[in-house]
Amino acid sequence: MSADQFLQYLISGLTMGSIYALVGLGFTIIYAVTRIINFAQGEFVMLGGMLSFTLAVSAGLPLAPAIILSVLIAAAIGAIMYLFAIRPARNASVVSLIIITIGVAIFIRGIAGELWGVDFVRPPYWAGSESIRFFGAYIHPQALWIIGTTLAVTVLLHLFLSYTMVGKALKACAINPRAAGLVGVNAKTMALIAFALAAAIGGIGGVVMAPLTLTSYNVGVMLGLKGFVAASIGGFKSPIAAVVGGITLGIIESLSVGLDWGPFTSAYKDVIALVVLLLILLLWSGRLTEEERAG
Amino acid sequence: MKKYLTWSVMLLMVVALVAVSANCSSTEEEVVTYKVGALFSTTGGASNLGVPEENTVKMVVDQINDAGGINGHPLEVIIYNDETNSEKCVTLATKLIEQDEVLAIIGPTTSGNSVAIIETITTAEIPLISCAANIGIIEPVGERYWIFKTPQTDKEAIGEIYAYLASINISDIAIISNTSGFGATGRAILLDDADDYGITVVDDQVFNEGDTSVQSQLTHIGGTDAEAVVCWDTDKGSAIVALDMQTLQMDIPLFCSHGIANQAFIDAAGATANGVIFPAGKLIIVDDIPASDPQKDVLTQYRDDYEVIYGNGTINTFGGHAWDALQMVVMALEDLDIEDPYESADSLADARAAIRDSIEQITGFVGISGIFDMSADNHLGMRAGSLAMIEIVDGKWTWHQ
Amino acid sequence: MLEMVKSHWALLATATLLLFLILIPFDWFLGQYTTLMIFIGISTIVTVGLCLLMGYTGQVSLGQAAFYGLGAYFSAVLSKTYSVDPWLAMLIAAAVTGSFAYVIGFPIFRLRGNYLAMATLGLGLIMWILFRQLSQITGGPDGMAGIPYLSVGGFVFDTSFKRYFLVWFFCLATLFISQNIVRSRSGRALRAIHGSEAAAESIGINATQFKVKIFVLSAVYASLAGSLLAHHLRFVSPQSFDFLASVKFVVMAVIGGLASIWGAIFGAGTTRILSDELLLGFGQWDVVIYGAILVVVMIFMPEGLFVKLKELLDRWRLRYTQRETEP
Repeated sequence: MSADQFLQYLISGLTMGSIYALVGLGFTIIYAVTRIINFAQGEFVMLGGMLSFTLAVSAGLPLAPAIILSVLIAAAIGAIMYLFAIRPARNASVVSLIIITIGVAIFIRGIAGELWGVDFVRPPYWAGSESIRFFGAYIHPQALWIIGTTLAVTVLLHLFLSYTMVGKALKACAINPRAAGLVGVNAKTMALIAFALAAAIGGIGGVVMAPLTLTSYNVGVMLGLKGFVAASIGGFKSPIAAVVGGITLGIIESLSVGLDWGPFTSAYKDVIALVVLLLILLLWSGRLTEEERAG
Repeated sequence: MKKYLTWSVMLLMVVALVAVSANCSSTEEEVVTYKVGALFSTTGGASNLGVPEENTVKMVVDQINDAGGINGHPLEVIIYNDETNSEKCVTLATKLIEQDEVLAIIGPTTSGNSVAIIETITTAEIPLISCAANIGIIEPVGERYWIFKTPQTDKEAIGEIYAYLASINISDIAIISNTSGFGATGRAILLDDADDYGITVVDDQVFNEGDTSVQSQLTHIGGTDAEAVVCWDTDKGSAIVALDMQTLQMDIPLFCSHGIANQAFIDAAGATANGVIFPAGKLIIVDDIPASDPQKDVLTQYRDDYEVIYGNGTINTFGGHAWDALQMVVMALEDLDIEDPYESADSLADARAAIRDSIEQITGFVGISGIFDMSADNHLGMRAGSLAMIEIVDGKWTWHQ
Repeated sequence: MLEMVKSHWALLATATLLLFLILIPFDWFLGQYTTLMIFIGISTIVTVGLCLLMGYTGQVSLGQAAFYGLGAYFSAVLSKTYSVDPWLAMLIAAAVTGSFAYVIGFPIFRLRGNYLAMATLGLGLIMWILFRQLSQITGGPDGMAGIPYLSVGGFVFDTSFKRYFLVWFFCLATLFISQNIVRSRSGRALRAIHGSEAAAESIGINATQFKVKIFVLSAVYASLAGSLLAHHLRFVSPQSFDFLASVKFVVMAVIGGLASIWGAIFGAGTTRILSDELLLGFGQWDVVIYGAILVVVMIFMPEGLFVKLKELLDRWRLRYTQRETEP
């Protein structure tokens, strides 16, 4: 592998990893505030992309309003999901909640499949379609947008959580819901905000990624899974760790193709994420169960 | 416990009565309608292939019935959607055979589904004309007595590409394929046949269905001496390959499979589709082929008929496969001696066997996919030269000679 | 006479149900549903295992299709490629799948709720990828055909009619076995664990060991079902064992009722009728309905639909008999 190739692998990995990071952020936010793993997270990414196509191409809206509207709709769907599927479940067991979020995920996917069909769509690029030379490698302008957006979202999220009232309330809920309740933080409102926020972030991921990668109704499954792996690297607690986890996963996947372990490596690219997942689950399970028992 | 049993029994009694009475009723027919079955994937991953197939069949059935049917018998084609799912395909095939009592079946759309129903078809002794590519559908011929197909095999398509590459002195290539059935079959043939044309495969990359980027794989290819990239997948994956090759500014030519003979590829790949070369049936460049070509009239007629109903620019080589299959069944029905195939189980079996024999004897049939000469050793029987090399120029298909 | 009928009502009703089941595949009765019933029978076997797993361990497996597929592929490859006797192949498949479940069961059951679900999800996906990729053995993404029929002596199960009885024999057998397990000492231990793991452990029950046993049992059931599928379709393909297949089994278990055994037939039945009869050809709508079912049932009747229906029936009956006794 030459230095140029290595750089190219890094860039490709960084691009995909940014998407995984955004999905992972969504998982982390919802889990931190509500202790729920939202299996539908990947679907919000899919919705963001599909909606931006419909609004920008089919409906002919200019790009900026189409993007913003897509994200808002995704956020609204997240909120609806919470209000109609999660909140009514009240004191349901962990298993029930898992099944509920899976139900929502396949529900959304099925409707998307009917509304948009099985065809793939490509919304227009945000700026430029010629790739840019970067030392020995090439990077597409949309990829720059993806990486930049992920950074921006991470920074903004951090600021939001640390310096705004709502953000701090969310953080408090994540750390100790009962104590937060005692100082007037309404857990249900925080949960609603968490779902809407996670859906919005997922939507942003979808919107910025779709022009580069072609999107269709079933991209949510694998993206959701890889985002989950990213979030689990962060222990589901730290947004920063989720971002780092996602990017790392993207880079590892990309480099695996370059390492020449035989013709099967590129076929097993997805397996890497799954194996990482299982390793994390099995190795950290001891620590996790203790926390579960305490919480 | 007792009460549930009571309720269950009562419920089941009602169901039983309804069922038995439904089975005892029958319908009267004056003129026997010839029933043919069709299995197409109109939803699911292969819907881009299945929908034009279904459209074509409906169009032909209307044309035939408007002209008075087949020897006065109306034609009915019962079309089921197998949703690109092999389990459902097997179930539906059984339904067509046992419940609907069809005389022959055309389809399925995909190779996977075709292979799935081979056992069912052979055991039921009913003729099948598949619209899928895999050569394993009709070989070994000794075990495929009842099964025919109309599309060119992947082997022939790859042969065209390799012959072309050899003619422009390209000897080192990289291949990239999908891990799906279509892609995996193509990959195996690409690797096997390369030597015959003096071609060396210097890199062999794969990607999965649903992958959104193949940049890593292409980067790997970029580090080799490959003079061209051959991509084996249908439209989506091929479009991603084309897009990513552009991003990485790879200037070696891209060759694709006949699976991209679809407007969807051009729409998705945009400007990067230009310059892509692939083999396909002559249907998509019908206006460019000379009048001396025996297929010209059939192709033009089909194109005109189809686009009147379904719109301009909607023709698709996959619909053509279905046209060929149905026409062959119709030709066999025209020769059918049996007045009422539905009289008894024996007459149905005889009719099916007779149709099979007629299909096997078809020669010189000018179809959409090519010109067919069926025989006992060859249940595809397509004459060479059925494929043309197509280049996409300015978003349009042009004949590359 | 009437008295005799009344007192033996349970026996008579059961006999009638059995008769109904036996008559279904006949053409003059409900013969056109034979294939549907075969699929329902096969799915029930998987569902029972999942119901027991979910009901008694409180955990969910999102990867039952992995075991279902292992059973199908082992049976397919052994009996076709290596000409092993199909029954022996089925046994080997069940043994291998069960052992596999045993080995991974211990580390997995140390995880809780969410993590166990994800682990089984990951497992299911890995198996699916392997089924597709190891094409030398499995035939790749298009699957493999030419799997032989099951046969006993000279009697070959070569028609749907014959296979119907074979499948339902196994189905009813697993249901009876499961019922016996639940009523046995092990069953009581399981219920104790389900009630309160801490309390169960305090009286000396090793919760993890029991959970793993149920996991293994569910895997063996799924493997058996997979083998039956392979010898019915005479074809296996990775398509039957993807994530959606695992989700469908969860839907069946949820409708049938967690910890319910006979409810499994109800769950498998309704789901299969939805996907193979009512919604056939309607694209994605069956998936949409599964999603809705999962959400609605888990919110309003987390013990399962069938169980809830039984409860409602009980309550209605109670009110009815109360009115009867009032003057």
